[in-house]
Amino acid sequence: MEHAPQLPFFNRGPSLYARLALFLVLSLVLLFVDARYQYLDSVRNVVSILMYPVERLAALPVTVYRGVGDYLTTQGSLRAENDLLRKQRALDAAALQQLQVLQAENQQLRKFLELQPKVGYSTKATEIVYVERDIFRRKVFVDKGAQAGVQPGQPVVDDRGVVGQVSRVHPWLSEVTLVTDKDNMVPVQVQRSGVRTVVYGTGDSGELSVRYMPFSGDIQPGDVLVTSGIDGTYPAGIPVAKVTVVDRNPALPFARISCQPLGGADRHRQLLIVSSNQTLPERPEPEEKAGKPKKKRGRL
Amino acid sequence: MNDWLRDQEYTLPASAWFIGLTLFCALALSWLPWSGGLLVLRPDFTALMLLYWCTHRPNQVGLGVSWLVGILADVADASMFGQHALAYTVLAFGGILMHRRIQLFDLRQQILQAFPLLLLSYLIYAGVHWQVRGYVAWSYFIGSATTAALWIPLALLLQAVRQHRASDDEL
Repeated sequence: MEHAPQLPFFNRGPSLYARLALFLVLSLVLLFVDARYQYLDSVRNVVSILMYPVERLAALPVTVYRGVGDYLTTQGSLRAENDLLRKQRALDAAALQQLQVLQAENQQLRKFLELQPKVGYSTKATEIVYVERDIFRRKVFVDKGAQAGVQPGQPVVDDRGVVGQVSRVHPWLSEVTLVTDKDNMVPVQVQRSGVRTVVYGTGDSGELSVRYMPFSGDIQPGDVLVTSGIDGTYPAGIPVAKVTVVDRNPALPFARISCQPLGGADRHRQLLIVSSNQTLPERPEPEEKAGKPKKKRGRL
Repeated sequence: MNDWLRDQEYTLPASAWFIGLTLFCALALSWLPWSGGLLVLRPDFTALMLLYWCTHRPNQVGLGVSWLVGILADVADASMFGQHALAYTVLAFGGILMHRRIQLFDLRQQILQAFPLLLLSYLIYAGVHWQVRGYVAWSYFIGSATTAALWIPLALLLQAVRQHRASDDEL
């Protein structure tokens, strides 16, 4: 029983103001250290290990709900889905055959050009554990971490396109910054015309923008932007976004172009982490113009 | 004054275990996967729970506990170390300063006392973000209103649970 009268609060230990000052200073020091240096990442890792079971527990109701939903799927919907998948498979098989032919042809052409063949990339399937609470940023947490060989910087994709990039790795979890995050950008190429540019996140989950495209740039609404691969992070040729609006307003120095991201972390929970094991050519000497060798690779 | 909206703090028990459990639940609630437009409305359950305990049990939940919970929230949210901790420390300080006054009001009037405190902690969080990143999404502050709106349901729920425990003790 705790019916004891409230003890005189200010007489125990240091005063309230002293403690306020102490904790304020502590927080500010932590903030400063975290903003300037990388020392605290190991501390963060340890705390995140302790919290891991709790996070899974919080996600449990959703997991159970999904599990029950799957179990109760009716035969009708299963059959409809089966039909759909059959049709899809027929279509895919045709596309796949074409792809194989194209791949062979491509390899042949590459040999002609004496270029290193691009190595295919392997993927790891992973699932979103939770979405970050901070509305300033677009980040999700997925259930594969350092234990599964995830490394910071690896791209994350889904079946339609690029979703984001691994930005921080904990032992069993990783933090993925989505392409729509305000600080994120992806080097891309217009699939139709081959023009290279960079697509920026806007902080809005349904929109990306291309910022520094001159008026004469060959880009139209409906164009698909794919990764150009010249950054060495994203493998080339993965769809990123579809251009929705191109505004060539002569009052502005550049065309204003908005795009809609193709991959989406808000549509489903399963994502793929891509480990690209492509070997990059060595960095050019700093005296040289750094742009030249990159351009050559990107255009091909 | 409606009787069921009265603050019944003086008659109710709260063990350290119970307080810990409620704080834990609040942390877990804020990890639920929210997305899309709802993200703006997402209340900060942890701040609300901390404020409740700071105003009702200031000698059990003080600045230290709030700071620690803030650190846990920082790690879970991948915000900067100390960002939540700073906001929650100030929140707890305000709550403790005002705890005698708040307990005199009924639950509806308490919202008016709690809302400025919650807004202050949101302001601090956004202020740190603005210093580091250089921009603030204004819709972020809507969250403080939804958090304050949950004050009455939370207080009624906690009172009901603790009432139950108190009557168990009498038997």
